[in-house]
Amino acid sequence: MKLNLKIWRQKNNSTKGGFKSYQVDANTHMSFLEMLDVLNETLIAKKEEPVAFEHDCREGICGVCSMVIDGQTHGPWKGTTTCQLHMREFKEGDTITIEPFRAKSFPVVKDLVVDRSAFDRIIQAGGYISVNTGQAPDGNAIPVEREKSSFAFEAAACIGCGACVAACPNASAMLFVSAKVSHLGLLPQGDVEHSDRVLNMVKQMDDEGFGRCSNVTACEAECPKEISVANIARLNRAYFGAALGSEKKV
Amino acid sequence: MKLDGKVPSGDLADKWTTYKSTCPIVAPHNKRRLDVIVVGTGLAGASAAASLAELGYNVKAFTFHDSPRRAHSIAAQGGINAAKNYANDGDSVYRLFYDTIKGGDYRAREGNVHRLAEVSNNIIDQCVAQGVPFAREYGGLLETRSFGGVQVSRTFYARGQTGQQLLIGAYQALSRQIHIGKVEMYNRHEMLDVVIVDGKARGIITRNLLNGKIERFGAHAVILATGGYGNVFYLSTNAMNCNVTAAWRAVKRGALMANPCYTQIHPTCIPVSGDYQSKLTLMSESLRNDGRVWVPQKMEDVKAIREGKKKPVDIPEADRDYYLERRYPSFGNLVPRDVASRAAKVACDEGRGVNASGLAVFLDFASAIQRYGSSKAHAQGLEHPDKATITRLGEEVIEEKYGNLFQMYEKITGDNPYKTPMMIFPAVHYTMGGLWVDYNLETNIPGLFALGEANFSDHGANRLGASALMQGLADGYFVIPYTIGTFLSGEIRSDKVDTGHEAFALAEKEVQDRLSRLMNIGGNQSVESFHRRLGLTMWDYCGMARNEEGLKKARQIIRDLREEFYRDLYVPGTQDEFNPELEKPTESPTLWSSVK
Ligand SMILES: Cc1cc2nc3c(=O)[nH]c(=O)nc-3n(C[C@H](O)[C@H](O)[C@H](O)COP(=O)(O)OP(=O)(O)OC[C@H]3O[C@@H](n4cnc5c(N)ncnc54)[C@H](O)[C@@H]3O)c2cc1C
Ligand code: SF4
Ligand code: FES
Repeated sequence: MKLNLKIWRQKNNSTKGGFKSYQVDANTHMSFLEMLDVLNETLIAKKEEPVAFEHDCREGICGVCSMVIDGQTHGPWKGTTTCQLHMREFKEGDTITIEPFRAKSFPVVKDLVVDRSAFDRIIQAGGYISVNTGQAPDGNAIPVEREKSSFAFEAAACIGCGACVAACPNASAMLFVSAKVSHLGLLPQGDVEHSDRVLNMVKQMDDEGFGRCSNVTACEAECPKEISVANIARLNRAYFGAALGSEKKV
Repeated sequence: MKLDGKVPSGDLADKWTTYKSTCPIVAPHNKRRLDVIVVGTGLAGASAAASLAELGYNVKAFTFHDSPRRAHSIAAQGGINAAKNYANDGDSVYRLFYDTIKGGDYRAREGNVHRLAEVSNNIIDQCVAQGVPFAREYGGLLETRSFGGVQVSRTFYARGQTGQQLLIGAYQALSRQIHIGKVEMYNRHEMLDVVIVDGKARGIITRNLLNGKIERFGAHAVILATGGYGNVFYLSTNAMNCNVTAAWRAVKRGALMANPCYTQIHPTCIPVSGDYQSKLTLMSESLRNDGRVWVPQKMEDVKAIREGKKKPVDIPEADRDYYLERRYPSFGNLVPRDVASRAAKVACDEGRGVNASGLAVFLDFASAIQRYGSSKAHAQGLEHPDKATITRLGEEVIEEKYGNLFQMYEKITGDNPYKTPMMIFPAVHYTMGGLWVDYNLETNIPGLFALGEANFSDHGANRLGASALMQGLADGYFVIPYTIGTFLSGEIRSDKVDTGHEAFALAEKEVQDRLSRLMNIGGNQSVESFHRRLGLTMWDYCGMARNEEGLKKARQIIRDLREEFYRDLYVPGTQDEFNPELEKPTESPTLWSSVK
């Protein structure tokens, strides 16, 4: 099938970008990224610059692929990353608009590639349990309620893709931060540092320039791992609890 | 050259304990003076970087990814082995050791593998303490399952995302060290050479992928935890950006590669659908706990299925060949990977493959759904449940166990595996071979270490399921923190490494020259197109079956391809900007020179 593509092209962060139109011949069995591979091969054959986009695992787990497809982060399929989207979604003659994730804290590197290192810095600020190698007790020393462990797992399923930020009109990172806070805070091992973790991660999030959460919940709707906004409520409770109960200045 | 594996003497079971209490160590005040470079932040690299920093070494860690969390390890699905014997089914350190050695066709180094089995239990403890959400029983204790080639239940897992959860654990430990400044993290830096000064590895040359800058980094020791070389086959279950550049540069500097012919072909992957295919997706081995592998017995049924005239469910039980259960009754569908892959090839070579290309077999969950459904109905006290209820309940159990894998399958193929069997075929998955290392995980170049999939030592000719994660984390958390001391204890008087040394200048110039050469060929074909052709040749002649004639033919094809590469390659863009085309495996042609 023949498709029309409108793709955001931007040389680097200091130049202005804009849309360019392309045509590509795809088939329904291809993945969305394989369709872009085909486009890039034809561009290279014409000695034009291929479209830069990030991808690695191509099975929805590394979190590196990131595009806004027809206005939706990771495209139209629910609970799906861009790399898992397949071309049977589209039909002959469709026009598809492809843009990078847009947020102040995710500067464009080139075309569809953005810099999400702000997420790493948020984790560095406190998204861990402080245990050195070799200090751990037996794995079965602390039983964990199955349901709690299952909630923790669901929060831990976040792949750090940043779609929640790109989907949010305020470019807030609350879903990402709350997923990590819930994952660790729900487990007995992570409880000890819970308050500090919450305060430090939220502070870093603010320092990185992410916006405030105003309960739009677009993040949950577009998150490829379907992380629940219930985590945000949990984070808010924890934050106020920690801020009030803490001796430290916040 | 004479190679010394440096395996300590004494009884197998005592070697590691004796080693740990007698090996040279570096005192804390000296650790602070020593720099270590870790290339790669997958399970092996991230765990090593974090653990070494915790000990006090100054660590510089490198990855070509935008974040350490993206490493290929993230994609591991099925699980990680440990000899905990929580299932009380007769497991022990010795049994894990023995299974791993036997699974590897007795070609792994026994000393290393015994150590691996010993530390396997510490890994589970460490990961639980970090908050890795492993599957749990109703009583809140850790749950296990079985993997191929084993008769005990020793595999710990986190649904179908074990690799992700373990990597996030290691990434978080690493992040903590970055936060306190003990690890300097260099994302989007690709290592393009290792620098040897006076016979010792003293640094690396990298390209900053954001701006193309070539940079030098020095350290007292260099650790490569850069993964395997499966992408030589182009189509594999590996992530797209996996490449063998780092290990290959080490080889060019004198390190030895061992067993490069040992490539694992995984039996259960989603089959190829067309020539635009960019990678293959694994369906975890854990599925063989409940999935039954079969092809039709009658050729007319094969034909009818291929033409879409019959559905798999239309084939009566008596006309199906559950060939693994038939040929290997004691292991059934859980035979080791190499056995399952060869058996699938045999079935397809006989013409019994079930998709249009004839290169697929079925993996069927119908019996498991019925079995689980009946037992769940019973547990719920339902008397005389109807078939629809049993099926629904059974599908719920299957969903809980394998939900995300089933979803992944459906997204890719458009088929619903709860209702129709999966179609699967073997694909390149893992490389047992790698840089030769001794018991200390040191290559034959002093000060150059190799961890994880990048080394060769623990899996012999075939890796058992759930043992790569175990090995990566064993190497990083529990082995290298001790063994690196044997080398670094001799370096406590060495000054900081001077990157102004001529060896650095020379290596940097060579990197620059290689890149300019590629940029200036000015031909017509992309890196990707060469890589695809290389992969096809490898699969056809060095894949599941190999013979002298085929290998010779492949060698000639690859020589011609290499010559064409240097004549007709086209790399768009420039060298000094973000240029994904230059990150592609432009090293493959130099790798090809190994077929000389
Ligand atoms: C789909 C899939 C499922 C799997 N499932 C399982 C499983 O269930 N159980 C199991 O035990 N094993 C499994 N495996 C195998 C296992 O995941 C890998 O063998 C293991 O994770 C490798 O870890 P590693 O740390 O050695 O390397 P990797 O995770 O591959 O990490 C390599 C690192 O090196 C970096 N790097 C490489 N080259 C350079 C360079 N030149 N410059 C800078 N950085 C570089 C990369 O950026 C990356 O950070 C699976 C593998 C696949 C493909
Ligand atoms: S919360 Fe969802 S959208 Fe946000 S980073 Fe995690 S996986 Fe991506
Ligand atoms: S490429 Fe890894 S999630 Fe899409």
